[in-house]
Amino acid sequence: MMLKSGSMAAALGAGVATLTPPAAQAAWTLNMTPGITEVSRSVYGLHMLMFWWCVGLAVAVFGFMIFSLVKYRKSQGAVPDTSIVHNTKAEIAWTVIPVIILIGMAVPATRTLIETDDASGSQLSIRVTGYQWKWGYEYLDNGVSVLSTLARDSNAARQLQSGIDPKTVPNYLLNVDHPLVVPAGVKVRLLITAQDVIHSWWVPALAIKKDAIPGFVNEAWFKIDTDKVGLYRGQCAELCGRDHGFMPIVIDVRSPADFAAWLKQQKADQDAADAAAKSAAVATS
Amino acid sequence: MDGGQQGQVAANRRLTWKLAAFTAGSFAFGFALVPLYSVLCSITGISRNENLTRATTQLEQADPNRLVTIEFMSILPTVGNWEFRPLVKSMQVHPGQLYEARFVAHNLTGHAVTAQAVPDLAPAQASLWFHKTECFCFTPQSFKKDEERVMPVRFYVDRKLPEHLDRVTLSYTFYNLENPVSRVAAK
Amino acid sequence: MAQTPTAATFDATLDAHGHAAAHDDHDHKPRGFWDRWVANTNHKDIGTLYLIFSGVMFFVGGGMAMLIRAELYKPGLQFFDPAFFNSLTTVHALAMIFGAVMPAWVGLANWMIPLQVGAPDMALPRMNNFSFWILPFAFTLLLSTFFVKGGAPAGGWTLYPPLVLQSGDGFPMAIFAIHMMGASSIMGAINVIVTIMNMRAPGMTLLKMPLFVWTWLITAYLLIAVMPVLAGAVTMLLTDHFFGTSFFSASGGGDPVMFQHIFWFFGHPEVYILILPAFGIVSEIIPTFSRKPLFGYEAMVYATASIAFLSFIVWAHHMFTVGMPLAGELFFMLSTMLISIPTGVKVFNWCTTMWRGSLSFEPPMLFALAFLFLFTIGGFSGLMLAIAPADFQYQDTYFVVAHFHYVLVPGAIFTIMAGVYYWLPKWVGRMYNMTLAKWHFWLSAIFVNVLFFPQHFLGLAGMPRRIPDYGTQFADWNMVSSLGGFGFGAAQLLFPYIIWKCVKSGPPAPAKVWEGAHGLEWELPSPAPYHSWQEAPDAAVLAHGAEH
Repeated sequence: MMLKSGSMAAALGAGVATLTPPAAQAAWTLNMTPGITEVSRSVYGLHMLMFWWCVGLAVAVFGFMIFSLVKYRKSQGAVPDTSIVHNTKAEIAWTVIPVIILIGMAVPATRTLIETDDASGSQLSIRVTGYQWKWGYEYLDNGVSVLSTLARDSNAARQLQSGIDPKTVPNYLLNVDHPLVVPAGVKVRLLITAQDVIHSWWVPALAIKKDAIPGFVNEAWFKIDTDKVGLYRGQCAELCGRDHGFMPIVIDVRSPADFAAWLKQQKADQDAADAAAKSAAVATS
Repeated sequence: MDGGQQGQVAANRRLTWKLAAFTAGSFAFGFALVPLYSVLCSITGISRNENLTRATTQLEQADPNRLVTIEFMSILPTVGNWEFRPLVKSMQVHPGQLYEARFVAHNLTGHAVTAQAVPDLAPAQASLWFHKTECFCFTPQSFKKDEERVMPVRFYVDRKLPEHLDRVTLSYTFYNLENPVSRVAAK
Repeated sequence: MAQTPTAATFDATLDAHGHAAAHDDHDHKPRGFWDRWVANTNHKDIGTLYLIFSGVMFFVGGGMAMLIRAELYKPGLQFFDPAFFNSLTTVHALAMIFGAVMPAWVGLANWMIPLQVGAPDMALPRMNNFSFWILPFAFTLLLSTFFVKGGAPAGGWTLYPPLVLQSGDGFPMAIFAIHMMGASSIMGAINVIVTIMNMRAPGMTLLKMPLFVWTWLITAYLLIAVMPVLAGAVTMLLTDHFFGTSFFSASGGGDPVMFQHIFWFFGHPEVYILILPAFGIVSEIIPTFSRKPLFGYEAMVYATASIAFLSFIVWAHHMFTVGMPLAGELFFMLSTMLISIPTGVKVFNWCTTMWRGSLSFEPPMLFALAFLFLFTIGGFSGLMLAIAPADFQYQDTYFVVAHFHYVLVPGAIFTIMAGVYYWLPKWVGRMYNMTLAKWHFWLSAIFVNVLFFPQHFLGLAGMPRRIPDYGTQFADWNMVSSLGGFGFGAAQLLFPYIIWKCVKSGPPAPAKVWEGAHGLEWELPSPAPYHSWQEAPDAAVLAHGAEH
C-alpha cells in the first residue's frame, strides 16, 4: 500500500482496483447529519430548506437555459429576434420575487440563530481549551480536567509512509484517548478558548462550531436528547499548524446518573494522583 | 502661448495645489486617527473589552430578587512555571451589589519576572453590564523569584443585565511578559 | 499615399511621413528583445506579457493542486509532511488568486479596453509596464520561500495570526511579495480608470461602453479601495512579528479576530474583483453567439454596481464562528443573502439574451455556457453558506472549498479561457484549431465537475479543510475528486498547445472573426495593428461597431 512519489500510474491502478467502499463508516455519504439535539435538527432543517429552494430555482433557471439551447439553435434554422433588448417589467419582477423568497429563508434562519445564542439556564459549565495539537477539557465546578489527544493507533498509522493501512484502524483519525464525557438531557455550557493559536471546536452531531481564540473565551451550549447516549465525533475546524488534521474531538454522551458517577470517580482519581505527586515532590526535595 | 494654453497652465496649477492639499490632508488624517480611534471606540462601544479594563466608581442599590452566577476562570498560556488560579470558582451575586473575588498567582519560574493579566467575559455582550471598581488587569506586575501574590478584583453587575443572562464567566489570561506567546509551534 | 479612411481600412496607421502601415507584423514594432518585451509601453505587448505570466502561474498553482489531490487520493499520509502540505495549500491559493486570475484580467484589460473604447493605448503606458514587471519579481520572492528555513508560509492564504506568526524565514518574504502584488494591482487599476474616463472615443458615452469595459471600471474602483487594506493588514502582521506591536495578540491588548475583520474587509471585495471581469466577458460572448444584443444592458450595469457596493458590507460571513455578537451575525447573514439578488438579475438577463436568439456553439460560447451553469451552482452553495446557523456546519469544511472552486474555476478560469478563445484571432490574426479547443472544453467541463462536485458531499459528511489526511469514511469521494483533478489538470495541457499552434501556423482570421460580434475591436483588422486607433473612430465607425 506504500505509494512512492512518481508512480502516479501505479497509484491510479491501485486506486481503481480498490474502488470498493471500505467497511466501517458510511461511505459515499451525501448529506449532513441531523444530529442529536433540537438545535442540530433546526440547523439540519434550515440546510434542507435552503437545499430544496436551490434545487427548485436551479430547475427553473437551467430549464429556461436548456430550452433556449435546444430550441434556438442556428443549426436548426433559428432566426434571432433582435428586438428583444430590454423589459423593465421583467427586471422588476425578477428582482422583487427573489427578495420575497429571501425573506422566506431569512425568517427561520433568524429564529434558529437567536436560539443558538441563548445559553441561559445551563446546569454544567465545561471549559474547552485548544492546544497545538490536542484538546483540554475542564469541568469548572469540581476541577476535573482531561487532556484529549489523538488515539495511539491512529497516530501510528498516520505517520508519513507508515505502512499501516488506515482501514485497519477503527475510527481512523476520529478517536482519542480521553473523550469529553457529558450528560444527556442537561443543558451544558461550553467556554471555549485556546492556548496558542486559533483552533475551532466542531462536533457535527451538536451543530456546534466555535473558534477557540487565545486570550478570549467563546460561549456555546447544547442539550442532547435523552435517548442519544453514545459516542460522537468531531474535528478541529481552523487551520492551526502541522497537525491541524490530527486533533479530533470525541464526546461520550451518558445518562445523567452515569455521568455523575463518572465525574465522582474522576475527581477521586485526580485527587489521589495530585496527593501522590505532592508527596513525591516533598520526598525528593 | 495662446489663451488656451495659458488657461491650461492655470488649470494644471490649480490641480497641482488640490492634489498637494489632498496628500497633506491624508497624511494629517493618518495622525489624527490615533486619538480618533479612542473616540470612536467609546462612542460605539465596539471594543469588546473596553468596559472590562476601566475601573468605575458608580454604585447602585442591590437587587435582592435576582441572583446571577459569576464563574471565575484562569488561563495560563505561557509555557513555563506559573500557578494562577481563582480562590473561589464561582459566586452567586445580586446585581447592584459590590463583591470581591481573588486570584492567586505564584511565580515558579525560578527568577524574577513581570507578568500581566488580560480579562475576558463570556458571553461577550455581558461586558456592557459588568463593572469593575478595582482590578489587576493590564497593569504589568513584577514578581520576585518564588513570590506568591493574591490579586483582588472588585466588581458589581449592573441591575440592567438582561434577564436571560443568568451565568457569566470572568476569565483572566495571565501572560509572562518575557515570553507571552509561544512563537514556535510545539513539536 | 494617404488613403481615404473607410470603416474597413480606418485603422491604417498614418504616421508622420504619411505612409500607411501594412496590415502585417512589421508595423513599427520595436526591434530587439529588450525594447520589445522588457521596456515596451504598448498595451498589446504588455497584455500579452500579463497573459503569458498568468498562464505560467496557472500551471504552477495547478501543479500544486495536483500534488494536493495526490496526497488526498487515499487516506493515510503517502507523500508529504503535513507542514509541507499546508504550504502547498497556502501557496496554491496565493499563486492562483494573485498570479493566475488577477494578472489574466489585467492582461485582458490591457489588450481590450483601448481597442474597445477607441483609444490608442492605456493612459499611463510606462506605469503599465512597471505594473507588469513587478509581478515576476514578486512571485520569484514568494516561490523561493519554499527553499528557506521554515519553508513557505503554511498558515493558509488568509494568513490568520497567531498561526502565521509561527512561520519561518519565509514570512517577511511572503509579506513583501504581497505588498508588491498589491502595488501592481493598484497601479493597474488606476491606469484602467484613467483610460476609461478620459480616452473613450467621442460619442462613446458611459452607457454605450461594452460591458467588459464597465465591469473593469467597477473592478478597478474595488481594487483601489481594498488593496491598501490588505497592505495595512499584512504590515500589522509584520510589526507584530518583528517590532513588538500587539495588534493581534491578546497579551498586549490586541485581538486576533481584528485581523480577520481587516483581512476580510479586503477579502470579500477581492473575490468580486476576481469575478466581475468574467461577468463582462460573458456579457459579450453570449450576445455574439446568440446573434442578439445583450438583454437589459442598463440593468446589467446597475446590477454590477450593486454587487460591488454590497461586497463591502458582507465581509464577516467568513467569520460566523468567531463568536460575534448576535446583531453582527444577523446583519452579515442578511446582507450576504441580498447579494444574490443582483447576481440573479444578471443570470436571468444572460438567459434572456439567448432566448429567441440564434445560437451557435464555438469554443468561446461553450466556455461561457459552462460558466452560466456552473457559476450558478456555485452561487447556490454560496446562498446556503450565507445562512449563519447552517454555516456552523459548513464553515472550514470541504463544502466551502467546493463553493469557491465552483465560482473560481468554472467561474473565473473558464471565462478567462473563453476570453482568450474569443479574442485570440483578433490578437494574432490566425484562427486556432476549433476541434482541439472543443476537446479542451469538454474534458475541462466534465472533469471540473468530477473534481469539485463530490467536495460538497465531503463537507456535508464532516470533512474539514486544510487537512492532509482524513477518516476512512471520506475516502470514496476523495478518490473520485482526485481522479477528476488529475483529468482536469491533464486537459489543461491542451490550452497552451492550441494557442502555440495558432500563433505558429493557424489559418488567417478576418477582421470580424465571429458572425454575430459587435464592438469597436471587430472594426479593426486581425491581427490588430501594433498601433491602433491612432485617430479616434468617427461616428460612422462607432455606429457600425455599436453593441446595442
